[in-house]
Amino acid sequence: MGLNVRQASVVYPTADGRPPVEALRQIDLDIAGSDFVVALGASGCGKSTLLSLIAGFLSPSSGEILLDGGRVQGPGADRAVVFQKHALMPWLNVIDNVALGLKLQGVPQARRQQIARGFISLLGLGEFETARVYNLSGGMQQRVGIARALTCDPKLLLMDEPLGALDALTREKAQELILTIWHKTAKSVFFITHSVEEALFMGTRLIVMSPRPGRITHRFDLPFSRQFLSGTPARTVKASRAFIDLREEVLKIIFSDEEAVA
Amino acid sequence: MTEHSHPNSQGRKRGLLAFLLKARATKPGETYGVPGQGETRLLSVASILGILFVWWLVTSMGWVKPLFLPSPQAVLQKFFTVWTNGFTNVAFLDHVGISAARVFGAFLLACVIGIPLGLAMGMSPVIRGLFDPPIEFYRPIPPLAYLPLMIIWFGIGETSKVLLIFLSVLAPVALGARSGVKSAAIEQIHAAYSFGASRWQVMRHVILPSALPEILTAMRIGIGFGWTTLVAAEMVAATRGLGYMVLTASQFLQTSTVIMGIIVIAIIAYAFDMLMRFVERKLVPWKGRM
Repeated sequence: MGLNVRQASVVYPTADGRPPVEALRQIDLDIAGSDFVVALGASGCGKSTLLSLIAGFLSPSSGEILLDGGRVQGPGADRAVVFQKHALMPWLNVIDNVALGLKLQGVPQARRQQIARGFISLLGLGEFETARVYNLSGGMQQRVGIARALTCDPKLLLMDEPLGALDALTREKAQELILTIWHKTAKSVFFITHSVEEALFMGTRLIVMSPRPGRITHRFDLPFSRQFLSGTPARTVKASRAFIDLREEVLKIIFSDEEAVA
Repeated sequence: MTEHSHPNSQGRKRGLLAFLLKARATKPGETYGVPGQGETRLLSVASILGILFVWWLVTSMGWVKPLFLPSPQAVLQKFFTVWTNGFTNVAFLDHVGISAARVFGAFLLACVIGIPLGLAMGMSPVIRGLFDPPIEFYRPIPPLAYLPLMIIWFGIGETSKVLLIFLSVLAPVALGARSGVKSAAIEQIHAAYSFGASRWQVMRHVILPSALPEILTAMRIGIGFGWTTLVAAEMVAATRGLGYMVLTASQFLQTSTVIMGIIVIAIIAYAFDMLMRFVERKLVPWKGRM
């Protein structure tokens, strides 16, 4: 599978004669195989807009988004999205939430429950199949969201700050869980975060974005998630010299953007 | 020290006051939690008993003449009289039945038309553009004002009565359904679309269920308007009904029947509201929780 963003720009018109806002300017990005691409950047850098483009919620003002060579025309089950919050259906229990995508695609009840059960246990939610989602903790709700996204066997998993609303401890656990599942399922992932440490730890590639106009300013290849998956404890990875050095370098880039804006 | 001349006053409180003020186990987040939490049933019962007591007091002491306010006993007596003998040669339960049929029939009709109309207004700018002006135009007008028109157009039979109540229920129900459409979070809608859902599926599986809490609230408000309009609807050429009973009794200065009729209407309306609250708890237990 391959996703190619080609010279994609998003421009919003403004009223009363002010110049139009460039949310994204000429973005090029390729995601293939089991890439784990992380987008990092200050608020307003357009990373969520980029995710919306790839998901198909938004069309580019110019340029194009190609999925396996075909032009992305709108949202589709080949690109599943995990949102930060508010995306579960409170009127459905856990298993029906997870099976929602399959239901919308007309998969028969028994089959979709069977598939959903598999992902529920993969995410460690086995006992909570019939629980009401609003009774779950934030971390468990996010796991339901991830299980739901995986059920339709997407080519690409789009994650829009999925861990942004979690507390620090739950967040680290969830990072490890997502990496383990990514490793098992070998999907392409496009992941948005505000946290530099999370970005460096999770991704195989990092794009750093900058606001006004939204654009990609730096690209890095990252080794850290592979270190974790081959057995090094997460904290050891995050405390290593190479990790800390890169973290400071990326922080410096982001802070200089912030200052330029301020 | 002189400011606290009764250092032991806390310990001397007795009876109801002491009961209301006594120390209770602290619930976390109660003091600085959501305003308005807490049990109210006891106070509600006290409120009703208080009103009954004052009513009984002012009538039995002779401070108010029975013509203006008959005693509670007289009203209760009247209830049993009407229950056994009927009112204007019509059995009491027939009065109740016909009024309930008018209100609930109109309510049902208003829900069947108003909820889909409101949902359509929420989801389609065309429907909203077409139906918003007429609804907003007639909504603030008191039903009594257009009652004559209803009679001129639809006669003095059941049609004009049910239609009048229907109109008073339609607007709140439709507007509630319309604003309920906005309850779904954009993330929920996007999640459905990203599973390849059609526009219709998004409406059926996301918009509709998330609008349900507001639709149920609108139905509760709507039925209230229905009961409010009942008396107006039964003002002209009715021979049965609770509204008719109240109006006729008032013409003969039978104040006890008027008050009895009002209480019966209130009890039926309250019972139905309790039923609706029960339905809400069963149908939308997530309301306000996500």
